[in-house]
Amino acid sequence: MELQHVNVKLLVENPGEVDLEPLIPIFHRWIQDQVCEELLLDVADYRHVEAGPGVVLIGHQANYSVDNADERLGIRYNRKAALEGSNQDRLKQATRAALAACQRLESEPSLNGRLRFNGRELELFINDRLLAPNLEATRAAAESDFQTFFQKLFGGNDFCLSYGNGDPRRLFSVSVRTPRPFNAADLLNNLAC
Amino acid sequence: MKVSNALWKDELAGEMPEDLAREIDIFETELALRKQGKLDERLFAETRLRRGAYGQRYDNGQRHDGKKVQQIAYPSGELTKGPNTMWDAPGMQRIKIPGGGVNPEQLETLAELAEEYSDGIVHVTTRQDSQLHYVHIDDTPTLMRRLAAANITTREACGNSVRNVTACPYAGVCPDEVFDVTPYSCALSRFLLGHPDCQNFGRKFKPAFSGCSQHACALTNIHDLGLIAVERRENGEDKRGFGVYVGGGLGAVPYQAKLFDSFVPPEELLPLAQSIARVFARHGEKKNRNRARIKFLVHDLGIEKFKELVLEERKTLPPDPRWTEYLKGAEESHEEPLRPPGELSAPAAGPFERWLKTNTRPQKQEGYAVVTVALPLGDITANQLRALADIVRRFTKGTVRTTVEQNFVVRWVSRSDLPEIHQALDAVGLAEPGAGTIIDVTACPGTDTCKLGISSSRGLAAELRKQLDEKSFQLDEAVQNLHIKISGCFNSCGQHHVADLGFYGVSRKMGGYAVPHFQLVLGGEWGHNVGSYGLPVMAIPSKNIPQVVTRLTERYVSGQKNGEHFRDFIKRIGKVELKNMLDDLTRPPADKTDRSFFRDWGDPREYSLGDLGVGECAGEVVSSTDFGLAAAEREVFEAQLALEDGEFEQAGKKAYHSMLQAAKALVKIEYADVPDDPAQIVQEFRTRFYDTQKFFDPYAGGKFAHYLFAAHKKSDVSYTAESARFLVEEAQLFIEASHSCYNRLPAPAAV
Repeated sequence: MELQHVNVKLLVENPGEVDLEPLIPIFHRWIQDQVCEELLLDVADYRHVEAGPGVVLIGHQANYSVDNADERLGIRYNRKAALEGSNQDRLKQATRAALAACQRLESEPSLNGRLRFNGRELELFINDRLLAPNLEATRAAAESDFQTFFQKLFGGNDFCLSYGNGDPRRLFSVSVRTPRPFNAADLLNNLAC
Repeated sequence: MKVSNALWKDELAGEMPEDLAREIDIFETELALRKQGKLDERLFAETRLRRGAYGQRYDNGQRHDGKKVQQIAYPSGELTKGPNTMWDAPGMQRIKIPGGGVNPEQLETLAELAEEYSDGIVHVTTRQDSQLHYVHIDDTPTLMRRLAAANITTREACGNSVRNVTACPYAGVCPDEVFDVTPYSCALSRFLLGHPDCQNFGRKFKPAFSGCSQHACALTNIHDLGLIAVERRENGEDKRGFGVYVGGGLGAVPYQAKLFDSFVPPEELLPLAQSIARVFARHGEKKNRNRARIKFLVHDLGIEKFKELVLEERKTLPPDPRWTEYLKGAEESHEEPLRPPGELSAPAAGPFERWLKTNTRPQKQEGYAVVTVALPLGDITANQLRALADIVRRFTKGTVRTTVEQNFVVRWVSRSDLPEIHQALDAVGLAEPGAGTIIDVTACPGTDTCKLGISSSRGLAAELRKQLDEKSFQLDEAVQNLHIKISGCFNSCGQHHVADLGFYGVSRKMGGYAVPHFQLVLGGEWGHNVGSYGLPVMAIPSKNIPQVVTRLTERYVSGQKNGEHFRDFIKRIGKVELKNMLDDLTRPPADKTDRSFFRDWGDPREYSLGDLGVGECAGEVVSSTDFGLAAAEREVFEAQLALEDGEFEQAGKKAYHSMLQAAKALVKIEYADVPDDPAQIVQEFRTRFYDTQKFFDPYAGGKFAHYLFAAHKKSDVSYTAESARFLVEEAQLFIEASHSCYNRLPAPAAV
């Protein structure tokens, strides 16, 4: 199966301490400086919606956000444009982009170090119901791709995959947990190998 | 943009209503033609607008980033989807929800589309539509197909067309209504959708239905066509009808709708609306976009003359069985409850009590209530929509509607279920109290996404919500019942004229810098379907608006006499007193280092008007002949594709039909009601354009017309590979000649 429009969400530590308001000027600055590989366009503020997309940096090929869907706050990369290559290439691209954004946010002075990847948990979604319906068959078809990719991401260390919400109306997703914490730099290094 | 776009058409084959499927295929072909440079950008703009695909801020390819204007290097380069509108720029997709009526399956579809093509949010508008933002134009045909499979259309959601037919969301359950207007609004919506008489307007046309005259749930007075349920006694029986109002509208200068007829029987509803549409199409302004709404026509002609024209037009209409067919069964009840009626088993307390007070209202059917799901700024997430669909299924038989206050209402909830439904809504963040109160602020998109936005209406609305919510328990009852409505500019999409406290975005220069402001508008009457419009009082810097609200409401509480309404209080104290009360708030802060004044709410960039663009609300002035010729081009393109695929019969038929389309488009200039019959089209074309030599090319004379005549003569003969190829080429030439002819004709005189 073809895995396109990959979304990666890195769950954050102590979500209760995170104030999303400073993200608005940060994301505007990212547009000024075009810091990402995607063409960055606009900032959408949805803080008023409970358990919503939070603050979204709208790009042409992808969006970045700190989103609180399912009341799980995380740094999210949403790939909108199609990508050539293999499933491994696409999983790698989205994860790298999410980790790079995470590194940038972790080092933002205005966030006072409050926005930190918890190092143990990430979620991966396929934002295309026709390519990847949220069904058992999709899980079976994608499992080997996920195993291969996460082996690489975690450098051969233990990890655990779980296919959370089985509601067929929702996006196909997988949640990944590791017993030992990693930081974004470690994971980026693993992907670079 | 989506990889699956190529697959959805086959996936949904047979699941879409045929007419909608065909309409989307046409749009997809138009997209392809535009990409190949075979369709004019102005024409494409209007055709996409008529499918609800609207432009968004920054789509001219530049954005002020707070320091400088950045040119946006979109991958598709110079390709445009309208004048000065870049192809790749994200756009807004408006989705028509007639009467606000949706079912749980449709809520789920909207949720899916918000996730896959937008930013995860569905926005409910002040005209009961839904909107998705940041949508790529290449994704829109698939998005439309998925909507069509759920029986939703985006057709004529924007552009110079009949927009969403709105209706009171309490129709059928309101204790004060005369009768349920739902079936009538559905009939009108169905009848006017794509109607040939509604394709040649100078501007948009908005109808609304209300079940009563005293409440504001449908805002009929601000509509081009307002229909209010009335009954009168005839031969000892109560007979249903409508009070018909025309020429209302907001915009920069608001107009109250004028009474056209105090009683129009149901069987006359559709033909009368059709006659009004024809008069608007024929006599409405086309050139000056600022005076092209029907309100100007009614105003300029006077209601009596306008009425005379409409009634004359009515006499000429050929009978249409749909006028009564679409109304069959209108007097029967169409909704049923899922659960038996009931009552609360215990007194309400805590958060439930407050929610019960503001977010529920009794139905006329005893033991049932309508529950309002208040959406902050009209926004709801995909997950919340799915949860709402589950809740609607659990407590009702799928009875849910959107409102003009940008909320949802769930109808037919047994009162004994109210604690349970509150709990279910609360679990997904949808039990916010304060629906219809001062906290429930209405705002248009403003500078967030609108090309015309001057100030941040959503930013201000979010701030006011937050501040008012914090002190909502202390707010006086009289203040709680006030309405705040905010527009990002004078065009009034946030309906600022009809609020107790209205605001619209303006800008002022202070110390050489632009400062975002809002004009304060006071005195609007929300009740009586908008009894009166507010008037501007003064412009105040955006950052001072919360203080303005505080001062005005506190003064109202301390100074109101005998429970007088807010607008009466404002009238009594007068403008001089208002100016004294607020004057200090019109100035920038004494501290010159405070730069917050030079930024808008929710936007850290230094304020600038550099992002203002050209709005698409007015659409493009494209005549029905323009559309007809474009349709002919599309069809000849399809004929070429069929030829390539070796489908010669299909190719020949399409080529012949494309010539008929072009001929019909020309005939329409002189004879708007030209029928679809090929023989009549050819005859009319011959008489009006060939015999008069209007069609004659300066060099080729009447040569190209003969292609049509010959094709028509042989239209019942089967096509071979060769004859189909010849015909496709001839059709192309005939269409070119039709364009030339159209260009040579003098422009029609404006009325």
